[in-house]
Amino acid sequence: MIFLTVGSHEPFDRLVRCVDDWCGASGHGADVFGQITKRAEYSPRHFETVPTLGPAEYDKRFDQAEIIVSHAGMGSIITALSKQKPIVMLPRRGHLHETRNDHQFATMQRFRSWPGILAAEDEAELPGLLDQVADGGMATSQKISPFADDQLVAAVRNFIYDTAQTR
Amino acid sequence: MSDKSPRVLAVASGGGHWIQLCRMIPAWDGCHVTYVTTDPGFRTEVEAIAAARGQQRPGYHVVIEANRLQKMKLVRALTQMVWILLRVRPDVVITTGAAPGYFALRLGAMMGCRTVWLDSIANAEELSMAGQKAGKHAGLWLTQWEHLATQDGADGKGPHYKGTVI
Repeated sequence: MIFLTVGSHEPFDRLVRCVDDWCGASGHGADVFGQITKRAEYSPRHFETVPTLGPAEYDKRFDQAEIIVSHAGMGSIITALSKQKPIVMLPRRGHLHETRNDHQFATMQRFRSWPGILAAEDEAELPGLLDQVADGGMATSQKISPFADDQLVAAVRNFIYDTAQTR
Repeated sequence: MSDKSPRVLAVASGGGHWIQLCRMIPAWDGCHVTYVTTDPGFRTEVEAIAAARGQQRPGYHVVIEANRLQKMKLVRALTQMVWILLRVRPDVVITTGAAPGYFALRLGAMMGCRTVWLDSIANAEELSMAGQKAGKHAGLWLTQWEHLATQDGADGKGPHYKGTVI
């Protein structure tokens, strides 16, 4: 099962269309389920979609999937890493008005070398990566801790308790 | 936990901001924590994590989802946040963003709370817009990218780098 998620806020028709075209060409449509937001304009012909998912249902879809396909959003990336699901991502672009700026492109560049993460710079690169993961040719991601770096947690914790003493 | 334990208001909009906030949960073990987010559905998750860590059941409030272009919704979110701050009276406000976190941080600072802005790890090349505005009002201003941190001693305000949520 492949779970396509574009995040809860903005539509990402370019990614949805690209996955749909790949499903048409590869015959994988029955294996794909997509969450594509309420304002999605493109309606896929080859796979089932919902606009949004509640947290419990989202979690279930994520757990059931063998592969995640998503935008380069940190929520999707962190969830994939923490559940050890391989993730294929396409960043939203600022100049296409898919986000305010190109922060997802920067995210993609910084995370693409992680085990378990594959990144397409544009929609031309995506079908090849989807073929690769559908054939099982992708390492699983590394298991990450459920919580932040100890040093970061300690910095915030110390700040909280200093505050309590000074008030 | 005693009545003297710090009261913490932990704020994030749904999606990536919320997921990053939840990865900071051990930081407020032993505190009276109240979460504020934009979706009622995350309540079960934070209550389960608190129970698993032997913590008191957290408070939970929902504010309306609004981005910087939705002015009327922003006004509503701001009003809701004022009400929540007056009810909860936190000692510390902690947020990963975005709009609800900005409001909570600025309002909290005005009410005498100490404040933490943890900029999202999604902002690898420049700080978030809200972070650039809110950070200078924060008692502790953090970025998750070392190259975006200012050297300690410049003006001491930050943003500082102490690690990441991953």
